[in-house]
Amino acid sequence: MSVVTTPNGFNLDTSGQRVVVDPVTRIEGHMRCEVNIDENNVIRNAVSTGTMWRGLEVILKGRDPRDAWAFVQRICGVCTGTHALTSVRAVEDALNINIPENANSIRNIMQLSLQVHDHLVHFYHLHALDWVNPVNALKADPKATSALQQKISPKNPRSSPGYFRDVQARIRKFIESGQLGPFKNGYWSNPAYKLPPEADLMAVTHYLEALDFQKDIMTVRTIFGGKDTHPNWLVGGVPCAINMDGVMAAGAPINMERLNLVKSVTDKTIDFIEQVYIPDLLAIASFYKDWMYGGGLASKNLLSYGDIPDRANDYSAENLLMPRGAIINGKLDEVHPVDLRNPDEVQEFVPHSWYAYPDEAKGLHPWDGVTEPNYKLGPNFKGTKTNIQELDEGAKYSWIKAPRWRGHAMEVGPLARYVIGYAQGNKEYVEQVDYVLKALDVPLEAMFSTLGRTAARGLEAKWAAHKQKYFLDKLIANIKAGDTATANSESFDPSTWPAEVKGVGFTEAPRGALGHWIRIKDTRIDNYQCVVPTTWNGSPRDSQGNIGAYEASLLDTKVERPEEPVEILRTLHSFDPCLACSTHVMSEDGEELAEVKVR
Amino acid sequence: MGELSEFAEPQKRVLILGIGNLLWADEGFGVRAVDELNRLYEFSSNVTLLDGGTQGIYLVQHVREADILIVFDAVDYNLPGGTMKRVEGEEVPKFMGAKKISLHQTGFQEVLAMAEMMDDRPEHLLLVGVQPVELEDFGGSLRPEVSEKILPAIDVALEYLASHGVTATKRAQRLPEDVTLACNVMLQSRYEDERPSEEEAYRQGDARIVNDSRWRAPEDFDAEMTEVVRHLPAEASGASS
Repeated sequence: MSVVTTPNGFNLDTSGQRVVVDPVTRIEGHMRCEVNIDENNVIRNAVSTGTMWRGLEVILKGRDPRDAWAFVQRICGVCTGTHALTSVRAVEDALNINIPENANSIRNIMQLSLQVHDHLVHFYHLHALDWVNPVNALKADPKATSALQQKISPKNPRSSPGYFRDVQARIRKFIESGQLGPFKNGYWSNPAYKLPPEADLMAVTHYLEALDFQKDIMTVRTIFGGKDTHPNWLVGGVPCAINMDGVMAAGAPINMERLNLVKSVTDKTIDFIEQVYIPDLLAIASFYKDWMYGGGLASKNLLSYGDIPDRANDYSAENLLMPRGAIINGKLDEVHPVDLRNPDEVQEFVPHSWYAYPDEAKGLHPWDGVTEPNYKLGPNFKGTKTNIQELDEGAKYSWIKAPRWRGHAMEVGPLARYVIGYAQGNKEYVEQVDYVLKALDVPLEAMFSTLGRTAARGLEAKWAAHKQKYFLDKLIANIKAGDTATANSESFDPSTWPAEVKGVGFTEAPRGALGHWIRIKDTRIDNYQCVVPTTWNGSPRDSQGNIGAYEASLLDTKVERPEEPVEILRTLHSFDPCLACSTHVMSEDGEELAEVKVR
Repeated sequence: MGELSEFAEPQKRVLILGIGNLLWADEGFGVRAVDELNRLYEFSSNVTLLDGGTQGIYLVQHVREADILIVFDAVDYNLPGGTMKRVEGEEVPKFMGAKKISLHQTGFQEVLAMAEMMDDRPEHLLLVGVQPVELEDFGGSLRPEVSEKILPAIDVALEYLASHGVTATKRAQRLPEDVTLACNVMLQSRYEDERPSEEEAYRQGDARIVNDSRWRAPEDFDAEMTEVVRHLPAEASGASS
């Protein structure tokens, strides 16, 4: 078959063997990925599909808009708080509600804390095992590991040979018990793993440390959200009262003692990121510098809505500490402004998605979005309707819509934010990016890769931890100046609302730009549309044939062993799929080749 | 939760966890069950009741802190809908890993393995699962067959606790409906009562399109699919493994 060039500049060739990975992850529903590889095992075509309908929009219709946050935070197991924040912002935008400064600071602290937590868990528990081999760690010399640790992070106190010997023994016991758990189904003999045993042991040790450190990070959201696992949110502010003279009690208001606890956790977080996460990131990357695959759309089209408003209620680009903008065709000297209200900017298309539009040649802005399922397989699909072996990407093939910005497929996420911030000359971003490029001795182009995506996430974790400190200081100063307001209930009563209003709320979720568009009619939700980061990155083709970020990122990657597609997982994971689940790799004839674990 | 008696020995720490997604009909069983347990009984301070939702790795810390772990969950055992199943000890991870239809974001199996890696796996494990009747009802609530298993499931949990010397005190009066481990918005009564009618919020899609004369739902989906399959090349149309 001849090669097809997509309008966004990628060559697709479907003639080679098809490899199917299903499901890749359960983020926002189940995901599946199919690729064609040529005779040299290089990926020449990629198809990414969401295989389950979320139905979120339907659940919210007719509900009280002030309740929407509680529903959206139940949709996904990881972005709980981010969805809730996006939702209350959408309702506040629609009803013109201003929130107090303290509420803005507290929301930012919660959002930044979630960024740090998510990035840390992603790096160590979901992504590290694509680069780190825990079985190989058993061969490490604890003394040499200690020397390596002291070299890459002199300030890290946990670096003695005895410490690494103990951890090694613990991992050995765990692996030898026969139930590998998270290490199960790894490709531990695959030549794609490049680390020496000592680096593997160091990284696995920090895998355990990071698991332990979670409990500290979580206290921040529990204190401000009032409830562990599912924090409370409030349209008009935050649901926690401030009383600096107050004593600790169950469900108590924010007092100095609790703020001091947040302060100490924030300091510990900064230490962990600077002494463990960043040194590990650089050490691991230094062994993979020749693995520069996975760029895809990153060197072309990037989008960020921006987030973390410095002052309350000002959502203009100038006031957002996390940058907003769009880059098209790799032109870093021109960052376009982004307007989420403009009907010509963000639009969703469905010609390759299992939804019906009245006119599928056109995209719909989320305010006018419709969510009507239409499950139809193309004539070239293989298998049966309940057991698909190969999708037909020429027809509808995904439950994910195809969002486009001014018609372009875009990548969103930490790398998009960092490239946009860098292109805008944002001092903090430029310093961080230049630091990592210098440390690894690579050019800026190296950022447009799977590793670049992983590096940007680490840099952002550090940035977010410091910003968390900034907003905590700001909160304390504001309280000390006598302002203890945390909520504005002026427009909370629906009888004061206009008959019909619409609004948009946005955040930068750990894995990318997140927007909720709401229409309220007669005090009830009339239409609610979420465009989530996975919709952007995992988008199928559009009416022009443009491929999405996941699809583009897999092209031209060499797969050492097609039955062990660690390279595919590496790149897909670099976009931060949510959590672990089992994966089956099927060969062309549907025979199961191997069960892989998507971590 | 009650105060720990000053004469009490250091006690085993207990975590009672409800997991699942409230938004997908019977997937909400675990969270509803632990919430009801909290309304009916009180425990000493070494017992924690938690709405785990669909959280995965974020639950590891709670699991590590527990000596005894009880999980309420909707689990697929290929049994008739509404069947309750009690699984204990080493069998628990196997059952939790077996679920294919669950909408949980991570395997709870993984959470247990991570706790074990930290040398902190709970000593005693009990899973009280119920086979879901319906999951494909977005915004829907528990089906009666599943809902009526909440009280029996609580009894199973209490019996297990008693066998480990952990006692629950029945409250003189059931706590009011609005006392919840989740949040008030998600109260079962409110969740169900405020659900708009099917006419108002079509549960399979968007009424504006469905009622739009320009588009029609396929009249016979299966027939259409059969037609598609018939036109496939011979080697592709066979049933797969």
